[in-house]
This record gives sequence, structure tokens and C-alpha cells, in this order.
Amino acid sequence: MSAPAAGTSTAGGNGPAAALPPTGTPLTPRRLARARRKAALARFWREFRRDRRGMVGLIVLGLMIAVALLAPVLANSRGLNPIYAIATPNSGPSLHDLLGTDNDGRSVLTLLIWGARNSLLVGFTATLISMLIGALVGVVAGHSGSIRARAGRLTDNLMMRATDWFLVVPFLPLAMVLARTIGPSLGVIILVIGLTSWAGTARIVRAQALAVETRPYLERAKALGAGHWHQMYRHVLPNVMPLLLANTILTVAGTILAETTLSFLGLGDPVRPTWGEMLGAAYSNGVGTGNIVWLLAPGIAVIAVVMAFTLVGHALEAVLDPKLRGR
Amino acid sequence: MLDGARAAAEERSGTGAARSYGLARTLSVKVLSAVITLFVVLVGNFFLFRVLPADPAKNLTHNSALTASQLAAINRTFGLGLPLPQQFWNYLVQTFHGNLGRSFVNELPVSQLISQALWPTILLVGTSTLLSTVIGVWIGIRGGWNRGSRFDRSSTAFVNVLYAMPDFWLGMVLLIALAGKLAIFPDGGMHSFTGAGSGLSGLGDLLWHLTLPCLVLTLVYLAEYSLVMRSSLIDELQADYLLTARAKGLRDDLVRRRHAVPNALLPSITLIMLNLGFVISGAITTETVFSWPGLGRLSYVALNAPDYPTLEGTFLLFSAAVIVANLIGDLLLTVFDPRVRQA
Repeated sequence: MSAPAAGTSTAGGNGPAAALPPTGTPLTPRRLARARRKAALARFWREFRRDRRGMVGLIVLGLMIAVALLAPVLANSRGLNPIYAIATPNSGPSLHDLLGTDNDGRSVLTLLIWGARNSLLVGFTATLISMLIGALVGVVAGHSGSIRARAGRLTDNLMMRATDWFLVVPFLPLAMVLARTIGPSLGVIILVIGLTSWAGTARIVRAQALAVETRPYLERAKALGAGHWHQMYRHVLPNVMPLLLANTILTVAGTILAETTLSFLGLGDPVRPTWGEMLGAAYSNGVGTGNIVWLLAPGIAVIAVVMAFTLVGHALEAVLDPKLRGR
Repeated sequence: MLDGARAAAEERSGTGAARSYGLARTLSVKVLSAVITLFVVLVGNFFLFRVLPADPAKNLTHNSALTASQLAAINRTFGLGLPLPQQFWNYLVQTFHGNLGRSFVNELPVSQLISQALWPTILLVGTSTLLSTVIGVWIGIRGGWNRGSRFDRSSTAFVNVLYAMPDFWLGMVLLIALAGKLAIFPDGGMHSFTGAGSGLSGLGDLLWHLTLPCLVLTLVYLAEYSLVMRSSLIDELQADYLLTARAKGLRDDLVRRRHAVPNALLPSITLIMLNLGFVISGAITTETVFSWPGLGRLSYVALNAPDYPTLEGTFLLFSAAVIVANLIGDLLLTVFDPRVRQA
């Protein structure tokens, strides 16, 4: 960050003037840091807003999350229980059931709304697990890799071999086997996807951590006697954070697709429908002869959400790495 | 998953440490590490199926009610009462002899079931990989070279939609649209029930059945290849050697074909080879939707039975496929790109 002469920059510029808290309050280091962070965020948002595709993705995403959160308001959860379903099974759209019904006579629209809730829940929590493992392995491996001691190299090497193994092992069969041996439920699906999808993140984080390790401020921290944990937590991690964020958004797209596939194969929780589960039910109950919307709607919803995450993720990447602009 | 592959591709195509080994040494290191990975998979497989389940004997028998003497008999047959290292050794010996156990469903040896299902999968995956590679790379080159053109914008949008699409969903939509009411294509399987016929008519029948599943896999994987090809070509656009080539007065077409594309192809080669292994297991859903009698459908049926020996056998094969494909990709890259030899 270059610092132009104070006072010349307007609101939101990168100068220190913009980062100053409002006058009248005493200037403390913490206040200054907070104001700087706020200015950086505002700058980030301005850059992001320029990306039209990213904004479209963000709007779609916002709508989907709103639907997921408001599911109990938008559709009565009783509609999920086949006992209360009195409509004709597997019949096309009508005024009563806008998107038709499934094989139990439940409204496809109700299933779709609750499916959004469960699919996004699985997507986000699985990604959270994946990110935690990926960031931990990546930062620790990158940090120990930069230590000259033999133990550091060894730790790095072992961690990266484990990562390679997870990168190579075929995800789908592994997840199938795990979900089958442990038992089908939403929690298992989340765990399985989280545990099998962190390897790519770990690699990206490690590469970035290795780059951060060579910076002078780490040398300064070491000279002042900072321990390994302090170095990783206070210096390396904050610097890989932006990259991690962009990667997180892209990973959610992947985990939602993975969830769709696993639920389609019948490994999900039948009581808590997801979009993949709707597709699986449509497949095994002869959707071709009845309500085609039952098949189309969840598929289009999956495509919309996955695309939205991908667009937002790429827009974030482009803001963070100007080399990627215009891709 | 794509990011992992991309990171791997980047790592591999980048120049590594300055130390340079001979070609033979590089190759033997790669083969050795593949063998080690394969061993790790075997260990993983052993734990997944025999150690992780609380009671393997019950697991093996579908949780059906058994008397104590029946349980003891099963434990004896499978050697489940032996100490773990002994069990592991037996497992290794059996696996290397090609003995993968017998299916719970039809009592046939798993190795026989797998060898029957192998060729349909190779046919399907091979054809679709060939098509998706050629078409995907072509789209990537054309779009990346004229970035921002109409072709580029529309193909990128199209490819992004494909990339976000669950393959089995595309399969079901195509099935209902083209095989259902219109009946242009068969609704699954590999041959017609009326008898495949021999010679040319048999081949035609096979191709007719192959079209839809092959189309689905081609479309879904083409997306990834064209995206990677496009972005690696864009990376090369700023390279100095392109400026040199242009300064020499080469036509645009030649600059692209002779200079830019060969260099930009490297990450795509890695990705395609890495994917080749994954496509085989990724075809599980597509094979299921189209009732294609390959490994994917075999494992789906085994999953729902549940038929653990078959599931275990196919899982072993899927893992081996990824490792072998990855190794071949590594070796190819070592031959194509001298920079990699120094890593």
C-alpha cells in the first residue's frame, strides 16, 4: 500500500487520511487498525462490484440463502410428511401445486424450498470442515517447510504425502463406502464430503504460506522471539485468509454437487430432503411417466446455486489477483 | 476437486529446484511413489472394510440374524479371529492372487464380475474421454486465442453451465427427452434384448446404445478441459516468445499452432490424465442412469445390496485406476516437458 500525502485522498482512498477514525476521538492503535480494515473492506467491495458476473452470482446466492432461511415461513414443514399429502402422486403442475407433486403426493415446491435449506446446510458445513483441515494442514506444512531443521522438512513432507493420497483417492467410491459403512444420514454426508475434499485447499494454502514465510515481517517476528504458533496464527494465517476465502466459495460449489451425487445414490437422509435426494427419488420412481417438473426443478436449482458460487468465487479471485482479470 | 487438480497441474508444470536428475532416475522415483500409494490404498481398503465396522462378520452377512455357531464359522472362514497383522498378510496374499472374494448376491467370484464389467466401462470412458478432450481443447484454444470474442463469450457461458450440471441429471433429461416419448435412442443397456446380432448390425446396435451415455460424459468433462485449456493459453499470451515469433513475421495461425498451443497444452495433459482415472469412478452415476453394464453400475448395485466384497473390489480397482492414470500422466509430462525433469 502506498501512502499519498495526507489530506489529498477523498473518502475511501488508500491514504492514511481515509483510514483515520472520525476526529474528536483519541487515536489508539486498535482504532487505527479497525479503521484501516474498514477502508480495506470498502475498497474490496468497490472492486468486486465492478465484476458484473460476480454481482449476478451474489444476487442469486442471496436469494437462495433467503429461501433457505425462510423455508419454515414459505412452506409448511407438514408438507414434507407423506401422511399429510393428499394430492395425486406424480402429477403435473396445477393451481394448487404450482410445480406438481412427487410419488408420495407431496408438493414439489415445498420439497424444493426445504431442499434448499438442507442442500445449502450440507454445502456450507462440509466446506467449513474441509477449509479447517485444509487451512490447518496447509499453514502447518508451509510453516514447517520453511524451517531449516530436519524435523520441519519431515513434517512438511509427511503432510504433503497424506495430501497427495487424498488428492488421488477417488472421491465418489470412497464417500460411498464410508457413508455405507457408517450409515446414511445428513451428518455422515457432511463429514464424508468434508473429510475427502480438503486436499486441494491444503496445497493452495501451503504454496501461499511458503510465499508469506519469506517476507521480512516474519523475520522481525522471529527476531522478537515469536513462537511457531504465534507466527502461524498471527502472521501466516491472516495473509493466506483472502485466498482461503475465494477458495472456500469455490469449494461450496463442489460440495453441493458432491452432496447431490451422494444423495442421488441413496446415501442421504430420507427424512430431510435435499435436491439430490429429490432427483434420486424422481429417478427410482418413474418420473418419465408423470411430473417432469419434479426432475427439472431440483436440477435447475443445483445448476443455479453451483454457478452462482463459481461466479462469486472467480470474481473474488480476480479482485485478489489482478492477473486473473478478464478471464 | 477441479482446484486440486489445477493446483497439482500448476505445481508439476512449474520449474522446481535447480537440482537435476537423470531421466531414468526421475522415472523410477515416480514409479516407486505410485507403488507406495497403491500399498497405502490397500491398507486403507483393509481398514475400511474389516476394521472400521464394529462387527465385520455381521457386516459381511448383511446384518441378518445369526446363531453364535454360524458367526463363529464365518469368523473362521474369513480368518476374522486372527491377530490383525496376520489378517492383513492373508488379505495381501489373496489380493495379489486375484482372489477378491465372492459376491453376496450371486456367489460369483468378484474378479469375474469385475472382468465382465471392465470392457463396457473402458469402451464408454475411452470414447467419451477422446471426444471431450478433442472438443474441449479445441473450444479452449479458439476461445482463449480470441479472448472476448463472440465465440469466446458464448462458449464460456455454455461451458460454465455444463460445469455446474450434475451428470446424472443431464442423463435423465436426455433419456426422457430422446429415449422416452420420441424413442430415438434406447432407454438403457448395451445391447437390444432382441439379440445383438453379429458383425456390422451388432456394432451399429452397440453404437446406438453408446450414444447417449457417451454424450453425457463428453459434455460434462469437456467443460473442465476447455476451461483449463483456455486459461493456460491466456497465460501464454503474454509470453515473450510469442512476441518474437510475431516479430519474425509468422502468421497468426502459425504463432498459435507452433508456439502458443504446445506450451499451453501441458496443464491440460496433466488434468486429462488425472481425470482419466477419476472418470472411471465418476461414471458410476451415468452408468446407473443408462443401465450401462460397467464397473460403475456394478458398484452401484453392490452399494444398494449391500454387497461388500464386490464394493471392495471395485473400490480397489477405481483407486488403482487413478494411481496408474496419474503415473502415466506424470511420465508423459516428463517426456514432453524437460523442465519437469528437474523437480
